[in-house]
Amino acid sequence: MWRFVGGRLLQAIPVILAVITVTFFLVRIAPGGPFDSEKAVIPEVKAALEAQYRLDLPLGQQYLAYLSDLARGELGPSFKYPGRSVNELIAAGLPATAELGAYALLVAVLLGGLAGVFASLKPNSAQDYIPMSVAMIGICMPTFLLGPLLVLVFGIHLEWLPVSGWGDMPGDKILPSLTLGAAYAAYIARLSRAGMLEVMSQDYIRTARAKGLPEWQVVTRHALRGGLIPVVAFLGPAFAGLLAGSFVVETIFQIPGLGRFYVQAAFNRDYTMILGTTVFLSTLIVLFNLLSDILAAWLNPRLRAQYGEA
Amino acid sequence: MSTVADSEAVLAEQGTSLWQDAWRRLRKNRLALFGLCVLVFFVLIAILTPWLAPYAHDAQDLDLGAAPPSAAHWLGTDIFGRDLLTQIMYGGRISLAVGFVATAVALVIGVTWGAVAGYVGGRVDAVMMRLVDILYALPFMIFIVLLMVVFGRNLLLLFLAIGAVEWLTMARIMRGQVQSLRQQEFVEAAISLGLSPATIVRRHLVPNALGPIIVYTTLTIPSVMLLEAFLSFLGLGVQPPATSWGLLISYGAETMEEYPWLLIFPGAALTLTLFALNFFGDGLRDALDVRGSGD
Repeated sequence: MWRFVGGRLLQAIPVILAVITVTFFLVRIAPGGPFDSEKAVIPEVKAALEAQYRLDLPLGQQYLAYLSDLARGELGPSFKYPGRSVNELIAAGLPATAELGAYALLVAVLLGGLAGVFASLKPNSAQDYIPMSVAMIGICMPTFLLGPLLVLVFGIHLEWLPVSGWGDMPGDKILPSLTLGAAYAAYIARLSRAGMLEVMSQDYIRTARAKGLPEWQVVTRHALRGGLIPVVAFLGPAFAGLLAGSFVVETIFQIPGLGRFYVQAAFNRDYTMILGTTVFLSTLIVLFNLLSDILAAWLNPRLRAQYGEA
Repeated sequence: MSTVADSEAVLAEQGTSLWQDAWRRLRKNRLALFGLCVLVFFVLIAILTPWLAPYAHDAQDLDLGAAPPSAAHWLGTDIFGRDLLTQIMYGGRISLAVGFVATAVALVIGVTWGAVAGYVGGRVDAVMMRLVDILYALPFMIFIVLLMVVFGRNLLLLFLAIGAVEWLTMARIMRGQVQSLRQQEFVEAAISLGLSPATIVRRHLVPNALGPIIVYTTLTIPSVMLLEAFLSFLGLGVQPPATSWGLLISYGAETMEEYPWLLIFPGAALTLTLFALNFFGDGLRDALDVRGSGD
């Protein structure tokens, strides 16, 4: 097991380095410098600014300096918010985004997992078709459409829930979490249904039934663990999707999170902010992928045997 | 319908009954057929939009403003008095074009990459697929946002950027296919006949790997269209005066309280198309998956 973990950790390092390098040079070759605004900047001021942001150094040196900053956990100053560092901006946005992501993941796993397992218990019956059709709608309905529609129905017409904000009013976290989690609930429903169906036809399930266990125990004690491995493996990629989805959801519901900062930075062409956020989010995604791979491997007895128990 | 019929005709010449089989199975799958019909309908409309659209693309009626659906404007008008049906038709052209063109880019890169890696094998294969693995781990949504910011928001770049990130799975599928096909006698026969590797890949390997590639292509188009709509919604994709379904949805979301039809109709167009593509793709997969077990 530790060999597997170690191997995957080693694989993650070149990926993160690649992200940093590609992002850094992409941002640097962007047409138009950050200080090319409509009004002309006095040359001395521009030079001073460039020196402050190290833009006067050769590109190679800038890159190395950036790497050494990163190694110390420094993401650099923001171009657009003078006096604030990218670290501060990320720290300001992270809590809301993390909370939103956690709730959405909870919605996805609970709703999707339950629906999928429920559907798999009676394949090709109404109990299967109805949740799976709803799941198909969930997959086809984009987040940026579902969000406004939910707001329209529950916020504006029924007036049950607040239409925007985060933590300002009771219940204002429900719609964003549902919006973000819905598509993943749908995927997880499909995955867990397929996984459960495969597991339920295996010999060890027949054994469990033969020794007279009640069906609910067969499902909860024996089938779930194997049937949900695909779901756990999916959580890594889902995390990346959730982050991207949070850009949209935070924009729709006006949540002061990282996603909204990122989109704003994109519009303001705040290059250091874009660079820093990209590196930060990418590293998070890579680490989460790693975690979900390790978890899936740990749940899978065959893979565990292959690498030996730790 | 024409695309399937065409590929069926092309492949029938090569003497395989697989495609007739698949078509027979597909015909029984009502959802998939429904998807195909919706798709053909939307594609035809998109092609014929300049002749079919009830109003000019930029025709405004500022006095009318935003009006609900009526006899003159079947789906209503937006705040500038522009006919929503016309907007949706022109938007569909762009959304569908992005879906098809970007998928084609992904198809060409992925199939070539996978075929070369699978056919050459050895060290070349290891290096090429390792690169795919690394790219796979990159967070693409974020990278596409970055690309659109850095290089400005033009449509051609959007095609390329989306195409360039969607080819990875295609390469993996193609490599797997080529690796298993390479062991077979007809490839050995082709080698002993002295055909060049390029010819063998083009004439013998690619046609035989077509099934999974077609299925995956059908399933890539909706995810590409979703990506385009996502970017356009954020304002990073298609730029006005051009329009797309994502852009229309984003305008609709801004004014949904007063004019809900501006959100609902473009949303329905996009969702229906994605539905159709997914159902058709799933049906195609079921119809073609028998390869190996049947026959």
